[in-house]
Amino acid sequence: MELVQIQRRLVDYTKSLFMEGFLDAQFLQLQQLQDDSNPDFVFEVVSLFFEDFEKLLNELTIALDQPNVDFKKLDSHVHQLKGSSSSIGAQRVKNACIAFRNYCDVQNIEGCLTCLQQVKQECYLVKNKFETLFRLEQQIMASGGSVPTIELGF
Amino acid sequence: MLSCGGGSGGCSKDMAVELGDEPHVLAVDDNLIDRKLVERLLKNSSCKVTTAENALRALDYLGLGNDRLEGTVSEVNMIITDYCMPGMTGYELLKKIKESSVLKEVPVVIMSSENIPTRISQCLEEGAKMFMLKPLKQSDVKQLKWHLMKCRN
Repeated sequence: MELVQIQRRLVDYTKSLFMEGFLDAQFLQLQQLQDDSNPDFVFEVVSLFFEDFEKLLNELTIALDQPNVDFKKLDSHVHQLKGSSSSIGAQRVKNACIAFRNYCDVQNIEGCLTCLQQVKQECYLVKNKFETLFRLEQQIMASGGSVPTIELGF
Repeated sequence: MLSCGGGSGGCSKDMAVELGDEPHVLAVDDNLIDRKLVERLLKNSSCKVTTAENALRALDYLGLGNDRLEGTVSEVNMIITDYCMPGMTGYELLKKIKESSVLKEVPVVIMSSENIPTRISQCLEEGAKMFMLKPLKQSDVKQLKWHLMKCRN
């Protein structure tokens, strides 16, 4: 495929992620922090997020599996995940965490269990999206091109 | 979103940052991703950055901890800390800093992902220079640096 076509594809794909709510403006902030002296910043931060997510997912699962669920502990884990997802612009994950915290507040186990599944799903979905994004970027770089910056109307 | 406290600069001559110098900022946050983000944001604004993953480590670094490192205390021009941290909160860290004769003039900025007005006023009353909502953006840090550079004679 031509370089120009891949670049077009990346722009369209990224825009679609914003349109579908997977990403919000905070992701643009991350991209703006990437430059020649930090060419892999976005990849590094996003990778850290998913590493952290796996650990948190484990903690959340264990916490919900207890005979007496410690909702405070549960909430603090979700708070962490909410913070991280918000910082990288993973909007849907962040929103899922907000819903999760609401159920923690009222100590609703069923609600929490549902939210855990929701959070998991959203994380894996956006992980997939990021992988596609990075793959397209790599293709562009490999062809000697530069990754186009996204300008959003909103 | 930024909330600022106090009318005057509140910075002593010793803590003045000369134009052209790179201010040294201590960033405290228990969240790894947020630490990385704030570090990058500050470095992009030409600040020298040291990070700490909790308040106790921060206090040790500042020479206020139990494991006092005599003679190795680094000079810090600003401290930016998360509010919600396990163990000691950012608010408690702020209080400890303001209680110290050596460090009370160092501007402290509190960050939080939660917009709670009582929390904000509590921090500002305790002497925080600013309260910032997470996630941080480049424009927030630029404003912050501007305020920091303003603290000079």
